[in-house]
Amino acid sequence: MRIRFTDASHLVVLVLAFAAGLLVFVALRYALVPAGFGSLGGHYRGPAVAEVAARPIAYAGQTSCLPCHDTEGKDRAGGKHKSVACEACHGALARHTEDPSAVKPALPVASKLCASCHEKDRAKPQWFPQVATEEHSGGADCKSCHMPHNPDPNRGAAQ
Amino acid sequence: MGHLAGVDGFMYPNEIELQWSILIVLYPFITGLVAGAFILASLERVFKVAVLKPTYRLSLLTALAFLLVAPLPLQLHLGHPERSLEMYLTPHRSSAMAMFGFVYLWYLMVVLLVEIWLDYRADIVQLAQTSRGPMRLLYRIMTLGSMNVGPASRSLDDRVGWLVTLIGIPSAFLLHGYVGFIFGSVKANAWWSTPLMPIVFVFSAMVSGIAAVVLVYYAYSWFQRRPIDMACVDAIARFLFYVFVVDFSLEMLDLVHRMYEADESFRTLDFMVKTRLFVPQIVLQITLGTVVPLLMLGATQVVRFREAVRRRLYMISCCLTLIGIFAMRWNVVIGGQLFSKSYLGYTTYKLEFATREGLVPAVALMVLPLIILAVLLKLLPPWRQQEPVDAVTQ
Amino acid sequence: MSMTRREMITRTGKFIILTAAAAEGLQQLTGSAQGQPLKYDAAKHWWAMTLDVEKCIGCGNCVRACAAENDVPRGYFRTWIERYHVIGNDIEHPTVESPDGGIHGFPPAAGDDGKWFFVPKLCNHCAHSPCVQVCPVGATFESPDGVVLVDEKYCLGCRYCVQACPYGCRYIHPKKKTVDKCTLCYHRITRGLTTACCEACPTGARKLADLKDPNDPVHEFLRNNVVQVLKPQMATGSKAYYAGLDGSVR
Repeated sequence: MRIRFTDASHLVVLVLAFAAGLLVFVALRYALVPAGFGSLGGHYRGPAVAEVAARPIAYAGQTSCLPCHDTEGKDRAGGKHKSVACEACHGALARHTEDPSAVKPALPVASKLCASCHEKDRAKPQWFPQVATEEHSGGADCKSCHMPHNPDPNRGAAQ
Repeated sequence: MGHLAGVDGFMYPNEIELQWSILIVLYPFITGLVAGAFILASLERVFKVAVLKPTYRLSLLTALAFLLVAPLPLQLHLGHPERSLEMYLTPHRSSAMAMFGFVYLWYLMVVLLVEIWLDYRADIVQLAQTSRGPMRLLYRIMTLGSMNVGPASRSLDDRVGWLVTLIGIPSAFLLHGYVGFIFGSVKANAWWSTPLMPIVFVFSAMVSGIAAVVLVYYAYSWFQRRPIDMACVDAIARFLFYVFVVDFSLEMLDLVHRMYEADESFRTLDFMVKTRLFVPQIVLQITLGTVVPLLMLGATQVVRFREAVRRRLYMISCCLTLIGIFAMRWNVVIGGQLFSKSYLGYTTYKLEFATREGLVPAVALMVLPLIILAVLLKLLPPWRQQEPVDAVTQ
Repeated sequence: MSMTRREMITRTGKFIILTAAAAEGLQQLTGSAQGQPLKYDAAKHWWAMTLDVEKCIGCGNCVRACAAENDVPRGYFRTWIERYHVIGNDIEHPTVESPDGGIHGFPPAAGDDGKWFFVPKLCNHCAHSPCVQVCPVGATFESPDGVVLVDEKYCLGCRYCVQACPYGCRYIHPKKKTVDKCTLCYHRITRGLTTACCEACPTGARKLADLKDPNDPVHEFLRNNVVQVLKPQMATGSKAYYAGLDGSVR
C-alpha cells in the first residue's frame, strides 16, 4: 500500500522535531561540559584534583617546628616521647610558623592533656604506660614530677 | 550511646542520619504507577484485549500525569538540583543512576507522548476545529500542522502507535526496573542487594499501576456520571490478581531465601522487620497490602458476587494495594537505612513535617499528579462523544 | 618600526628571559602556605594507610586533628575510633562504641571480663571503589595517585555514594550540601607532609603509606604483620591495611 505524503506529513514533522531536539541536545552538551573533564584520564574534572590540593594547611608538621625549637626537640629525642609529634600535644600550629611572634599558641593544660593518653583504662593496650591518677599522684599536677617533652621522672619536674 | 536519640546498639557515626528520605520512597512509587498503568494500556493495544478499551486512554493519561511529577521528588532531594543537568552532560556509565535522565527522557518523549498523541490525533484535529479562544491555538499546535484524519492517515497512526507501544513495554520495564537495579546492585547494603530487586519492583509496579487506573476509572466515571463497564473492570481485576500472585510469590521468595540462608545480615534484618518495620512491613505491606487484596480478588474469581459487591471489593482491594505498594517502597528505601552496616545497631527515621524533605512536600507531590491528570482529562477527554470530522476530505 | 637583526635577537632574548623569570616568580608565589613550590608528580605515588590496632590507645587525637585540619563539621566524621569489647568466644556479637566518633576520647571501660581494643577508621581509598562506581556524574573519583576524592563543585548531593560505601565513611556536608569524606589530607601529602591524623597520633598506630616508594616502611609492615582489610568479601580493593585486626571487627 503506497503511503501518500499528506497522510504521513504529521509523522514527518514529528521526526523532524525530534531530530532538531537531538541536535540541540548534542550542541548543548558540547557547550556545557566543564573544562578539563576527563583530562586526567578518568571520568571526572581534572582540575578538581588541584582544587583539593590547594586547601589551606592547619598542622605545620614537626619538621617546621624543630629549626626554631631545637632545645625542646633535643630534649624530646632522648626520652619516651621521641615519636610524639609536637602538634599532637600543642595543636595545629601552621599559623604560628607563618608568623611566630603574632600567633602564640596557648600552653596545653598538663593534667587534662596527659590524662587523655595516660589515664589507666582496661581498654588500652597493656604495653602502653598508663596510671590511675588518684593512686599515682593523689591528684597532683603531672608537671610537678614530669617534664612533658621528656617525661622521665628522674630528669626532674617541668620548669 | 545514651545521648544519641533513636540509636540502638552501634552505628558507624556517619550512618545515624538517614540519607534517603520519604521523597526517595515516592520516586519508585510514582514511576511504578507509570509503568503499571502503561502495561495495562499496552494490554489493550498490543495484545488486543478489547474489553479494556474504556480504560486505555485513562491509563495513558494517568501514566503521563505521574511521569511529569516523577523527577520532582528527586529535585527536592538533591543537595544541588541546579546541577542535575550534569547527568545529561557527563553521565557516568558505570552508575545505574546515570541512566535516569536518558531513560526518563526516552520514555516521556518517544514512548508516552508519541503514543498519546497518535491515539488522540483525530480528537485533537476535531478540537482544533471546534474550540475557541486560546485553546484553539493550543490544539492547532498539537496537530503539528496536519488536519488530515482520513482513513489512510489514521491507519498509519494505528500501525505506528502499535509499534510505539511495542517498544514501550520494555521501555516501561526499563523505566522502573532500573530503579530496582539502583537498589539491588548496592553490595554494601544487605537489605537491598539481591538480583530479585528489579523484578520485584517491576511486578509491584504493575500491581500498583493497575490498581491506580481502576481507582481513576471509578472516580472519572463518577465525575462524568457514566456507568462503570463491569466487563472491563472484571478483566482488569483478573489481570491484577494474576500479577499480584506473581508479585507476592517473588516477595515471599526473597523472605524465605533470607531466612533459609541466614547469612551474617539475617539476624539484624530479622530483628529490624519484627520491631522497627513491623507496622510498615508485616501489617501494611504483607497483611493489609497483599494478603487481604489477594484474598478479596481471589474470592471474586471463584465466587459469583453481585455486581455492586464486586465493584466494592475491587475498590477496597485497589486502595489497600496502593497502600501496600507504598509501604513496600518505604520498607525498601527506609528499611535499608535503619540498620547499621556493622550489623550491630539501628537508627530511627525522623520524618519531618514542613521541611524540604518532609511530609508536607511528599503529600503535595502525591496530590499534584491528580491535579495534572484532571487538567489532562479536561484537555484530552478520553471518551469520544462523536466521531471526528475529517477536514481534508470535507 | 624597523630594527636591525641584532636588535631583534637582543629584544627577543630579553623577552624570553624576562617572561621565564616572571613565570618562575609566579610559581613561587602560588606555592604552598609554607612557601614550598608544588613539585608533585602523581605518577610516582600510590597512597595507602597502615593502622596498627595494637598501638591504638583511643586518645582521639586523630579525630580532633582531622577536624581541625579539614574543617570537619561537628557531628560528622572523616575519621573516627571504635572501641570493641569481646567476651570469650562471642566474636560475632562484640559490643562496640564510638561516642561522638571518639573525638573526646572514651569514657572508662566498664566490666571485668573480655578483651578490649580500639580500631581507628577512615576512608579506605579503595582501588575498586564502589562509591566511585555509582556516582552518576563523575563527582567522586580516584586520583591518579590512588586517593578517592570528591569534586565539590560538581557533586549533586544525590547521596548514592554514601549508600554504596560499605564502611560508612561518607557524609553530606550540612553547609555545602555535597558529599564529604577523608581526602587522605591530599593537600598535605602532595606537599611532602603527612596526614593530620598521622601527625597527631602519639603511638604511631596510624601511618601514611606510599606503596610506590621502595623505602616506605609499609613494605616491611605488610611483610612482618598479620594484615587485613575491612570487609574483604566486598572486594573493594581497600588500601587501609590493619595489623592485628580481630575477627569481631565490623
